[in-house]
Amino acid sequence: MARRQGERSRARIARIESRRSKILDFGGEGGRSVAVAIVSTLVFFGVVVLLVVNSAGWPEVKQSFFNREVFEASFPSIADAFLLNVKIFLIAEAVILVTALAVAILRSLSGPVFFPLRALAVAYTDLFRGIPTILVVYILGFGAPALQIQHVPTSPLFWGITSLVLVYTAYVAEVYRAGIESVHPSQEAAARSLGLTRPQALRHVVLPQAVRRVLPPLLNDFIGLQKDTALVALIGPVEAFRQSQIEVAGSFNYTPYLATALLFVLLTIPMARLTDWLIARDRRRQR
Amino acid sequence: MSALELHDVHKSFGKVEVLKGIDLEVAEHEVVCMIGASGSGKSTLLRCVNLLERVDRGRIVVGGEELTARGVNLNRVRRRIGIVFQAYNLFPHMSVLDNVTLAPRKALKLSRSDAEERAVELLERVGLGDRRDDYPDRLSGGQQQRVAIVRALAMRPQLMLLDEVTSALDPELVAEVLNVIRELAAAGMTMLIATHEMSFARDIADRVVFLDEGVILEQGTPEEIFTRPSEERTRQFLQRIIEAGRL
Repeated sequence: MARRQGERSRARIARIESRRSKILDFGGEGGRSVAVAIVSTLVFFGVVVLLVVNSAGWPEVKQSFFNREVFEASFPSIADAFLLNVKIFLIAEAVILVTALAVAILRSLSGPVFFPLRALAVAYTDLFRGIPTILVVYILGFGAPALQIQHVPTSPLFWGITSLVLVYTAYVAEVYRAGIESVHPSQEAAARSLGLTRPQALRHVVLPQAVRRVLPPLLNDFIGLQKDTALVALIGPVEAFRQSQIEVAGSFNYTPYLATALLFVLLTIPMARLTDWLIARDRRRQR
Repeated sequence: MSALELHDVHKSFGKVEVLKGIDLEVAEHEVVCMIGASGSGKSTLLRCVNLLERVDRGRIVVGGEELTARGVNLNRVRRRIGIVFQAYNLFPHMSVLDNVTLAPRKALKLSRSDAEERAVELLERVGLGDRRDDYPDRLSGGQQQRVAIVRALAMRPQLMLLDEVTSALDPELVAEVLNVIRELAAAGMTMLIATHEMSFARDIADRVVFLDEGVILEQGTPEEIFTRPSEERTRQFLQRIIEAGRL
Protein backbone atom coordinates (compact mmCIF):
# COMPACT_ATOMS: atom_id res chain seq x y z
CA MET A 1 0.00 0.00 0.00
CA ALA A 2 2.65 2.48 1.10
CA ARG A 3 4.74 1.29 -1.80
CA ARG A 4 1.99 1.97 -4.31
CA GLN A 5 1.50 5.44 -2.87
CA GLY A 6 5.22 6.01 -3.19
CA GLU A 7 5.10 5.11 -6.82
CA ARG A 8 2.14 7.32 -7.47
CA SER A 9 3.70 10.33 -5.83
CA ARG A 10 6.91 9.67 -7.73
CA ALA A 11 4.95 9.69 -11.00
CA ARG A 12 3.37 12.96 -9.99
CA ILE A 13 6.73 14.50 -9.22
CA ALA A 14 8.05 13.33 -12.59
CA ARG A 15 5.10 14.99 -14.30
CA ILE A 16 5.63 18.25 -12.46
CA GLU A 17 9.35 18.09 -13.18
CA SER A 18 8.85 17.57 -16.90
CA ARG A 19 6.55 20.54 -16.99
CA ARG A 20 8.88 22.69 -14.93
CA SER A 21 11.84 21.98 -17.12
CA LYS A 22 10.17 23.52 -20.13
CA ILE A 23 11.01 27.17 -20.52
CA LEU A 24 7.55 28.02 -21.80
CA ASP A 25 4.78 26.08 -20.17
CA PHE A 26 1.62 25.72 -22.22
CA GLY A 27 -0.25 24.49 -19.17
CA GLY A 28 -1.15 21.09 -20.53
CA GLU A 29 0.08 18.23 -22.64
CA GLY A 30 -0.21 17.35 -26.32
CA GLY A 31 -0.75 19.26 -29.55
CA ARG A 32 -4.19 20.54 -28.63
CA SER A 33 -3.03 22.68 -25.71
CA VAL A 34 -0.25 24.14 -27.87
CA ALA A 35 -2.81 25.12 -30.48
CA VAL A 36 -5.06 26.70 -27.86
CA ALA A 37 -2.09 28.62 -26.42
CA ILE A 38 -1.13 29.96 -29.85
CA VAL A 39 -4.65 31.05 -30.76
CA SER A 40 -5.28 32.77 -27.43
CA THR A 41 -1.92 34.55 -27.67
CA LEU A 42 -2.68 35.79 -31.19
CA VAL A 43 -6.09 37.03 -30.16
CA PHE A 44 -4.79 38.79 -27.04
CA PHE A 45 -1.95 40.60 -28.74
CA GLY A 46 -4.07 41.28 -31.83
CA VAL A 47 -6.53 43.18 -29.64
CA VAL A 48 -3.75 45.12 -27.90
CA VAL A 49 -2.12 46.09 -31.21
CA LEU A 50 -5.46 47.14 -32.69
CA LEU A 51 -6.18 49.34 -29.67
CA VAL A 52 -2.79 51.04 -29.85
CA VAL A 53 -2.74 51.51 -33.61
CA ASN A 54 -6.26 52.93 -33.65
CA SER A 55 -5.66 55.38 -30.79
CA ALA A 56 -5.84 59.09 -31.63
CA GLY A 57 -2.17 59.83 -30.89
CA TRP A 58 -0.66 56.76 -32.59
CA PRO A 59 0.58 58.54 -35.79
CA GLU A 60 2.63 61.04 -33.74
CA VAL A 61 3.92 58.42 -31.31
CA LYS A 62 4.87 56.20 -34.20
CA GLN A 63 6.74 59.06 -35.81
CA SER A 64 8.72 60.02 -32.69
CA PHE A 65 9.32 56.58 -31.06
CA PHE A 66 9.29 54.06 -33.90
CA ASN A 67 11.08 55.98 -36.62
CA ARG A 68 12.99 53.61 -38.83
CA GLU A 69 15.41 56.13 -40.33
CA VAL A 70 16.34 57.53 -36.93
CA PHE A 71 16.76 54.00 -35.61
CA GLU A 72 19.10 53.01 -38.38
CA ALA A 73 21.08 56.23 -38.10
CA SER A 74 21.49 56.10 -34.30
CA PHE A 75 21.81 52.37 -33.64
CA PRO A 76 25.50 51.90 -34.54
CA SER A 77 26.75 54.65 -32.24
CA ILE A 78 24.51 53.46 -29.39
CA ALA A 79 25.56 49.86 -29.86
CA ASP A 80 29.13 51.05 -29.76
CA ALA A 81 28.54 52.93 -26.52
CA PHE A 82 26.71 49.88 -25.17
CA LEU A 83 29.99 48.00 -25.17
CA LEU A 84 30.96 50.23 -22.26
CA ASN A 85 27.86 49.06 -20.36
CA VAL A 86 28.88 45.47 -20.99
CA LYS A 87 32.40 46.20 -19.81
CA ILE A 88 31.18 47.93 -16.63
CA PHE A 89 28.83 45.07 -15.99
CA LEU A 90 31.42 42.34 -16.49
CA ILE A 91 34.01 43.99 -14.27
CA ALA A 92 31.50 44.83 -11.53
CA GLU A 93 29.97 41.35 -11.61
CA ALA A 94 33.30 39.57 -11.29
CA VAL A 95 34.26 41.73 -8.30
CA ILE A 96 30.83 41.47 -6.65
CA LEU A 97 30.76 37.66 -6.78
CA VAL A 98 33.87 37.64 -4.59
CA THR A 99 33.24 40.60 -2.28
CA ALA A 100 29.64 39.59 -1.60
CA LEU A 101 30.73 36.10 -0.65
CA ALA A 102 33.30 37.55 1.72
CA VAL A 103 30.68 39.77 3.38
CA ALA A 104 28.24 36.86 3.65
CA ILE A 105 30.88 34.65 5.27
CA LEU A 106 31.84 37.42 7.71
CA ARG A 107 28.20 37.71 8.66
CA SER A 108 27.81 33.99 9.27
CA LEU A 109 30.86 33.67 11.54
CA SER A 110 29.80 32.46 14.94
CA GLY A 111 31.46 33.13 18.25
CA PRO A 112 31.95 36.27 20.32
CA VAL A 113 35.47 36.88 18.96
CA PHE A 114 34.06 37.71 15.57
CA PHE A 115 31.50 40.21 16.83
CA PRO A 116 33.28 43.28 15.40
CA LEU A 117 33.49 41.67 11.95
CA ARG A 118 29.86 40.60 12.07
CA ALA A 119 28.79 44.06 13.19
CA LEU A 120 30.82 45.62 10.39
CA ALA A 121 29.21 43.38 7.79
CA VAL A 122 25.73 44.18 9.10
CA ALA A 123 26.42 47.93 9.13
CA TYR A 124 27.77 47.74 5.61
CA THR A 125 24.78 45.90 4.15
CA ASP A 126 22.33 48.15 5.99
CA LEU A 127 24.05 51.26 4.71
CA PHE A 128 24.45 50.36 1.06
CA ARG A 129 21.07 48.72 0.68
CA GLY A 130 19.54 51.84 2.20
CA ILE A 131 21.06 54.55 0.02
CA PRO A 132 19.59 54.93 -3.49
CA THR A 133 22.17 53.80 -6.05
CA ILE A 134 21.96 57.09 -7.88
CA LEU A 135 23.10 58.94 -4.72
CA VAL A 136 26.03 56.59 -4.19
CA VAL A 137 27.12 57.21 -7.76
CA TYR A 138 26.91 60.99 -7.30
CA ILE A 139 28.57 61.07 -3.89
CA LEU A 140 31.47 58.78 -4.79
CA GLY A 141 31.76 59.99 -8.39
CA PHE A 142 32.16 63.63 -7.42
CA GLY A 143 33.44 63.28 -3.86
CA ALA A 144 36.07 60.56 -3.96
CA PRO A 145 38.25 61.97 -6.78
CA ALA A 146 38.28 65.33 -4.99
CA LEU A 147 40.13 63.71 -2.10
CA GLN A 148 43.12 63.24 -4.43
CA ILE A 149 44.38 60.17 -2.58
CA GLN A 150 47.65 58.98 -4.07
CA HIS A 151 47.64 55.89 -6.29
CA VAL A 152 43.84 55.81 -6.30
CA PRO A 153 42.36 56.50 -9.76
CA THR A 154 40.26 59.62 -10.13
CA SER A 155 38.44 58.57 -13.31
CA PRO A 156 34.66 58.77 -13.17
CA LEU A 157 34.47 55.33 -14.72
CA PHE A 158 36.47 53.82 -11.84
CA TRP A 159 34.27 55.45 -9.22
CA GLY A 160 31.13 54.60 -11.15
CA ILE A 161 32.05 50.93 -11.14
CA THR A 162 33.08 51.16 -7.48
CA SER A 163 29.67 52.58 -6.60
CA LEU A 164 27.87 49.75 -8.34
CA VAL A 165 30.15 47.21 -6.65
CA LEU A 166 29.47 48.69 -3.21
CA VAL A 167 25.68 48.73 -3.67
CA TYR A 168 25.31 45.35 -5.32
CA THR A 169 27.75 43.63 -2.98
CA ALA A 170 25.33 44.48 -0.20
CA TYR A 171 22.40 42.91 -2.05
CA VAL A 172 24.26 39.85 -3.28
CA ALA A 173 25.79 39.23 0.16
CA GLU A 174 22.27 38.91 1.55
CA VAL A 175 21.38 36.46 -1.19
CA TYR A 176 24.45 34.36 -0.41
CA ARG A 177 23.66 34.51 3.30
CA ALA A 178 20.13 33.25 2.71
CA GLY A 179 21.65 30.37 0.76
CA ILE A 180 24.17 29.54 3.48
CA GLU A 181 21.47 29.55 6.13
CA SER A 182 19.23 27.32 4.03
CA VAL A 183 21.74 24.46 4.17
CA HIS A 184 20.75 22.25 7.08
CA PRO A 185 23.19 22.33 10.03
CA SER A 186 23.42 18.53 9.85
CA GLN A 187 25.43 18.96 6.64
CA GLU A 188 28.08 20.96 8.42
CA ALA A 189 27.97 18.54 11.36
CA ALA A 190 28.57 15.63 8.98
CA ALA A 191 31.51 17.42 7.39
CA ARG A 192 33.03 18.40 10.73
CA SER A 193 32.52 14.90 12.13
CA LEU A 194 34.79 13.62 9.36
CA GLY A 195 37.57 15.88 10.56
CA LEU A 196 37.20 18.69 8.04
CA THR A 197 37.98 22.13 9.42
CA ARG A 198 35.30 24.78 9.49
CA PRO A 199 36.62 26.57 6.37
CA GLN A 200 36.88 23.22 4.57
CA ALA A 201 33.31 22.33 5.50
CA LEU A 202 32.16 25.74 4.30
CA ARG A 203 34.07 25.53 1.05
CA HIS A 204 33.31 21.94 0.04
CA VAL A 205 29.95 21.19 1.63
CA VAL A 206 27.96 24.30 2.59
CA LEU A 207 28.80 26.83 -0.12
CA PRO A 208 28.33 24.58 -3.17
CA GLN A 209 24.83 23.74 -1.97
CA ALA A 210 24.09 27.32 -0.95
CA VAL A 211 25.14 28.81 -4.28
CA ARG A 212 23.10 26.30 -6.28
CA ARG A 213 20.02 27.22 -4.31
CA VAL A 214 20.38 30.96 -4.74
CA LEU A 215 21.25 30.97 -8.43
CA PRO A 216 17.88 32.43 -9.54
CA PRO A 217 17.86 35.36 -7.08
CA LEU A 218 21.54 35.90 -7.82
CA LEU A 219 20.77 36.27 -11.50
CA ASN A 220 17.93 38.60 -10.63
CA ASP A 221 20.35 40.93 -8.89
CA PHE A 222 22.70 40.79 -11.85
CA ILE A 223 19.95 41.81 -14.24
CA GLY A 224 19.38 44.77 -11.96
CA LEU A 225 23.08 45.50 -12.12
CA GLN A 226 23.10 45.35 -15.93
CA LYS A 227 20.43 48.03 -16.04
CA ASP A 228 22.03 50.19 -13.39
CA THR A 229 25.20 50.47 -15.46
CA ALA A 230 23.29 53.34 -17.11
CA LEU A 231 23.66 55.31 -13.85
CA VAL A 232 27.39 55.64 -14.43
CA ALA A 233 26.51 58.11 -17.24
CA LEU A 234 25.49 60.64 -14.58
CA ILE A 235 29.09 61.34 -13.65
CA GLY A 236 30.46 61.50 -17.19
CA PRO A 237 31.23 58.30 -19.08
CA VAL A 238 29.34 58.04 -22.36
CA GLU A 239 27.61 54.70 -22.29
CA ALA A 240 24.50 53.64 -24.23
CA PHE A 241 22.00 55.77 -22.31
CA ARG A 242 24.11 58.94 -22.55
CA GLN A 243 24.75 58.25 -26.24
CA SER A 244 21.01 57.84 -26.88
CA GLN A 245 20.41 61.19 -25.16
CA ILE A 246 22.93 62.73 -27.53
CA GLU A 247 21.19 61.13 -30.49
CA VAL A 248 17.78 62.30 -29.28
CA ALA A 249 19.07 65.84 -28.90
CA GLY A 250 20.42 65.73 -32.47
CA SER A 251 17.32 64.33 -34.13
CA PHE A 252 14.46 65.62 -31.98
CA ASN A 253 13.19 62.07 -32.04
CA TYR A 254 12.84 59.53 -29.18
CA THR A 255 13.56 56.39 -31.21
CA PRO A 256 17.16 56.14 -29.89
CA TYR A 257 15.72 55.46 -26.40
CA LEU A 258 13.91 52.45 -27.78
CA ALA A 259 17.06 51.30 -29.52
CA THR A 260 18.85 51.45 -26.14
CA ALA A 261 16.05 49.59 -24.39
CA LEU A 262 16.28 46.90 -27.04
CA LEU A 263 20.00 46.46 -26.41
CA PHE A 264 19.48 46.06 -22.64
CA VAL A 265 16.77 43.47 -23.20
CA LEU A 266 18.97 41.56 -25.62
CA LEU A 267 21.67 41.41 -22.95
CA THR A 268 19.43 40.13 -20.15
CA ILE A 269 17.56 37.42 -22.04
CA PRO A 270 20.60 35.15 -22.57
CA MET A 271 21.38 35.51 -18.84
CA ALA A 272 17.89 34.36 -17.92
CA ARG A 273 18.08 31.36 -20.26
CA LEU A 274 21.54 30.48 -18.94
CA THR A 275 20.22 30.28 -15.39
CA ASP A 276 17.26 28.17 -16.47
CA TRP A 277 19.70 25.83 -18.11
CA LEU A 278 22.00 25.70 -15.08
CA ILE A 279 19.09 24.93 -12.75
CA ALA A 280 17.74 22.23 -15.06
CA ARG A 281 21.17 20.63 -15.38
CA ASP A 282 21.57 20.59 -11.64
CA ARG A 283 18.20 18.97 -11.12
CA ARG A 284 18.94 16.27 -13.68
CA ARG A 285 22.26 15.48 -12.03
CA GLN A 286 20.92 15.10 -8.55
CA ARG A 287 17.97 12.90 -9.43
CA MET B 1 43.88 0.35 27.46
CA SER B 2 40.26 1.07 26.74
CA ALA B 3 39.26 2.58 23.43
CA LEU B 4 36.85 4.99 25.05
CA GLU B 5 36.38 6.23 28.60
CA LEU B 6 33.69 8.59 29.83
CA HIS B 7 34.07 9.99 33.32
CA ASP B 8 31.16 11.82 34.95
CA VAL B 9 29.98 13.43 31.70
CA HIS B 10 27.34 16.13 32.08
CA LYS B 11 25.55 18.00 29.33
CA SER B 12 22.65 20.44 29.47
CA PHE B 13 20.73 22.23 26.77
CA GLY B 14 19.48 25.40 28.42
CA LYS B 15 17.82 24.30 31.64
CA VAL B 16 17.35 20.69 30.57
CA GLU B 17 20.07 18.39 31.81
CA VAL B 18 20.30 15.63 29.23
CA LEU B 19 23.33 13.76 30.56
CA LYS B 20 23.55 13.58 34.34
CA GLY B 21 26.95 12.11 34.99
CA ILE B 22 27.77 9.26 32.61
CA ASP B 23 30.60 6.82 33.36
CA LEU B 24 31.31 4.33 30.63
CA GLU B 25 34.24 2.37 29.27
CA VAL B 26 34.48 0.63 25.94
CA ALA B 27 37.37 -1.80 25.48
CA GLU B 28 39.18 -2.20 22.19
CA HIS B 29 37.27 -4.42 19.75
CA GLU B 30 34.25 -4.27 22.02
CA VAL B 31 30.74 -3.58 20.70
CA VAL B 32 28.54 -1.73 23.15
CA CYS B 33 24.87 -1.12 22.41
CA MET B 34 22.98 1.66 24.15
CA ILE B 35 19.26 1.18 24.53
CA GLY B 36 16.70 3.43 26.11
CA ALA B 37 13.65 5.52 25.33
CA SER B 38 13.76 8.53 23.02
CA GLY B 39 15.14 11.47 24.96
CA SER B 40 17.15 9.30 27.33
CA GLY B 41 20.36 10.92 26.05
CA LYS B 42 21.76 8.29 23.66
CA SER B 43 22.26 10.62 20.69
CA THR B 44 23.60 13.44 22.84
CA LEU B 45 26.13 11.07 24.36
CA LEU B 46 27.41 10.06 20.93
CA ARG B 47 27.56 13.67 19.75
CA CYS B 48 29.54 14.56 22.85
CA VAL B 49 32.09 11.81 22.17
CA ASN B 50 32.55 13.21 18.67
CA LEU B 51 32.79 16.74 20.14
CA LEU B 52 29.89 17.90 18.00
CA GLU B 53 28.57 18.99 21.41
CA ARG B 54 30.86 20.29 24.12
CA VAL B 55 30.36 18.62 27.47
CA ASP B 56 29.65 20.86 30.45
CA ARG B 57 31.58 18.71 32.90
CA GLY B 58 33.48 15.44 32.94
CA ARG B 59 36.20 13.86 30.84
CA ILE B 60 36.19 11.90 27.59
CA VAL B 61 39.27 9.84 26.75
CA VAL B 62 39.74 8.12 23.39
CA GLY B 63 42.71 5.81 22.87
CA GLY B 64 44.48 7.33 25.87
CA GLU B 65 44.05 10.94 24.75
CA GLU B 66 41.73 13.20 26.67
CA LEU B 67 39.45 14.99 24.21
CA THR B 68 37.99 17.26 26.81
CA ALA B 69 41.39 18.72 27.74
CA ARG B 70 42.13 22.32 26.85
CA GLY B 71 43.74 23.04 23.51
CA VAL B 72 42.85 19.71 21.91
CA ASN B 73 42.67 19.92 18.12
CA LEU B 74 39.05 19.02 17.40
CA ASN B 75 39.69 18.21 13.76
CA ARG B 76 42.50 15.80 14.48
CA VAL B 77 40.42 14.04 17.13
CA ARG B 78 37.38 13.70 14.89
CA ARG B 79 39.44 12.04 12.18
CA ARG B 80 39.95 9.08 14.51
CA ILE B 81 36.28 8.75 15.44
CA GLY B 82 33.69 7.84 12.82
CA ILE B 83 30.04 8.70 13.35
CA VAL B 84 27.02 7.62 11.32
CA PHE B 85 23.78 9.53 11.72
CA GLN B 86 20.16 8.45 11.67
CA ALA B 87 19.43 10.66 8.64
CA TYR B 88 22.60 9.59 6.71
CA ASN B 89 23.57 13.25 6.09
CA LEU B 90 25.28 12.46 2.81
CA PHE B 91 26.35 15.46 0.74
CA PRO B 92 23.63 15.72 -1.93
CA HIS B 93 25.74 17.73 -4.38
CA MET B 94 28.45 15.07 -4.66
CA SER B 95 28.61 11.64 -6.21
CA VAL B 96 28.93 8.62 -3.94
CA LEU B 97 32.65 8.45 -4.64
CA ASP B 98 33.19 12.13 -3.83
CA ASN B 99 31.17 11.76 -0.63
CA VAL B 100 33.55 9.04 0.48
CA THR B 101 36.81 10.60 -0.69
CA LEU B 102 36.23 14.21 0.38
CA ALA B 103 37.50 13.88 3.95
CA PRO B 104 40.45 11.57 3.17
CA ARG B 105 41.58 13.99 0.48
CA LYS B 106 41.05 17.23 2.41
CA ALA B 107 41.65 16.18 6.00
CA LEU B 108 44.21 13.40 5.53
CA LYS B 109 45.73 14.98 2.40
CA LEU B 110 45.57 11.72 0.49
CA SER B 111 46.00 11.93 -3.26
CA ARG B 112 42.83 11.54 -5.28
CA SER B 113 43.90 8.18 -6.67
CA ASP B 114 44.82 6.77 -3.24
CA ALA B 115 41.57 8.05 -1.74
CA GLU B 116 39.53 6.61 -4.60
CA GLU B 117 41.25 3.28 -4.42
CA ARG B 118 40.43 3.01 -0.73
CA ALA B 119 36.86 4.21 -1.34
CA VAL B 120 36.14 1.77 -4.15
CA GLU B 121 37.45 -1.10 -2.07
CA LEU B 122 35.14 -0.16 0.82
CA LEU B 123 32.17 0.43 -1.48
CA GLU B 124 32.65 -3.00 -2.99
CA ARG B 125 32.76 -4.53 0.46
CA VAL B 126 29.26 -3.18 1.17
CA GLY B 127 28.01 -4.13 -2.30
CA LEU B 128 27.90 -0.63 -3.77
CA GLY B 129 30.90 -0.69 -6.08
CA ASP B 130 28.71 -0.06 -9.12
CA ARG B 131 26.99 3.00 -7.59
CA ARG B 132 30.12 5.10 -7.17
CA ASP B 133 29.11 7.69 -9.77
CA ASP B 134 25.52 8.07 -8.64
CA TYR B 135 24.25 10.97 -6.59
CA PRO B 136 22.76 10.16 -3.16
CA ASP B 137 19.22 11.03 -4.30
CA ARG B 138 19.31 8.08 -6.67
CA LEU B 139 19.97 5.57 -3.89
CA SER B 140 17.54 3.87 -1.54
CA GLY B 141 17.72 4.69 2.16
CA GLY B 142 19.58 1.48 2.89
CA GLN B 143 22.11 2.19 0.17
CA GLN B 144 22.56 5.76 1.40
CA GLN B 145 23.18 4.56 4.91
CA ARG B 146 25.75 2.05 3.69
CA VAL B 147 27.51 4.87 1.83
CA ALA B 148 27.46 6.92 5.06
CA ILE B 149 29.10 4.02 6.90
CA VAL B 150 31.73 3.72 4.17
CA ARG B 151 32.31 7.48 4.31
CA ALA B 152 33.11 7.20 8.01
CA LEU B 153 35.26 4.08 7.51
CA ALA B 154 37.30 5.76 4.79
CA MET B 155 38.98 7.80 7.54
CA ARG B 156 40.13 4.52 9.15
CA PRO B 157 38.69 5.43 12.55
CA GLN B 158 39.69 3.69 15.78
CA LEU B 159 36.15 3.96 17.03
CA MET B 160 32.77 4.03 15.31
CA LEU B 161 29.70 5.72 16.76
CA LEU B 162 26.37 4.68 15.26
CA ASP B 163 23.36 6.82 16.08
CA GLU B 164 20.16 4.87 15.38
CA VAL B 165 21.35 4.17 11.87
CA THR B 166 18.32 2.11 10.90
CA SER B 167 15.58 4.25 12.44
CA ALA B 168 14.86 6.18 9.24
CA LEU B 169 14.75 3.10 7.02
CA ASP B 170 11.84 1.16 5.58
CA PRO B 171 11.66 -2.21 7.35
CA GLU B 172 12.80 -4.21 4.33
CA LEU B 173 16.00 -2.12 4.09
CA VAL B 174 17.10 -2.54 7.70
CA ALA B 175 18.80 -5.90 7.23
CA GLU B 176 21.25 -4.77 4.56
CA VAL B 177 22.57 -2.06 6.89
CA LEU B 178 22.70 -4.28 9.95
CA ASN B 179 24.63 -6.88 7.98
CA VAL B 180 27.32 -4.32 7.21
CA ILE B 181 27.57 -3.50 10.92
CA ARG B 182 27.79 -7.19 11.78
CA GLU B 183 30.71 -7.53 9.39
CA LEU B 184 32.40 -4.56 11.02
CA ALA B 185 31.98 -6.15 14.43
CA ALA B 186 33.36 -9.41 13.14
CA ALA B 187 36.37 -7.55 11.77
CA GLY B 188 37.07 -6.22 15.25
CA MET B 189 35.89 -2.61 14.96
CA THR B 190 35.27 -0.92 18.29
CA MET B 191 31.75 0.42 18.25
CA LEU B 192 29.36 2.35 20.46
CA ILE B 193 25.87 1.94 19.04
CA ALA B 194 22.63 3.67 19.96
CA THR B 195 19.80 1.51 18.71
CA HIS B 196 16.13 0.63 18.89
CA GLU B 197 16.74 -2.74 17.20
CA MET B 198 16.66 -4.96 20.27
CA SER B 199 17.17 -8.27 18.52
CA PHE B 200 20.13 -6.79 16.69
CA ALA B 201 21.59 -5.48 19.95
CA ARG B 202 21.11 -8.85 21.54
CA ASP B 203 22.82 -10.48 18.62
CA ILE B 204 25.81 -8.19 18.12
CA ALA B 205 26.57 -6.53 21.46
CA ASP B 206 29.29 -7.65 23.84
CA ARG B 207 27.61 -5.43 26.37
CA VAL B 208 24.26 -3.64 26.55
CA VAL B 209 23.84 -0.35 28.38
CA PHE B 210 20.42 0.89 29.43
CA LEU B 211 20.17 4.67 29.50
CA ASP B 212 17.33 6.28 31.40
CA GLU B 213 16.83 10.03 31.78
CA GLY B 214 20.48 10.86 31.35
CA VAL B 215 22.02 8.18 33.56
CA ILE B 216 23.21 4.65 32.94
CA LEU B 217 20.71 2.70 34.96
CA GLU B 218 22.16 -0.71 34.33
CA GLN B 219 24.52 -2.58 32.05
CA GLY B 220 25.54 -6.13 31.37
CA THR B 221 25.69 -8.84 28.76
CA PRO B 222 22.74 -8.97 26.35
CA GLU B 223 21.65 -12.10 28.16
CA GLU B 224 21.53 -10.31 31.53
CA ILE B 225 19.78 -7.18 30.27
CA PHE B 226 17.21 -8.81 28.03
CA THR B 227 16.30 -11.84 30.13
CA ARG B 228 16.97 -10.86 33.74
CA PRO B 229 17.08 -7.09 34.06
CA SER B 230 17.55 -6.07 37.67
CA GLU B 231 15.98 -2.61 37.45
CA GLU B 232 12.26 -2.00 37.35
CA ARG B 233 12.67 0.78 34.73
CA THR B 234 14.56 -1.56 32.44
CA ARG B 235 11.82 -4.15 32.75
CA GLN B 236 9.17 -1.54 31.93
CA PHE B 237 11.11 -0.35 28.90
CA LEU B 238 11.59 -3.86 27.55
CA GLN B 239 7.94 -4.64 28.24
CA ARG B 240 6.90 -1.69 26.05
CA ILE B 241 9.26 -2.86 23.31
CA ILE B 242 7.82 -6.36 23.43
CA GLU B 243 4.28 -5.00 23.28
CA ALA B 244 5.27 -3.01 20.20
CA GLY B 245 6.42 -6.27 18.64
CA ARG B 246 10.03 -5.18 18.34
CA LEU B 247 11.72 -7.94 20.32
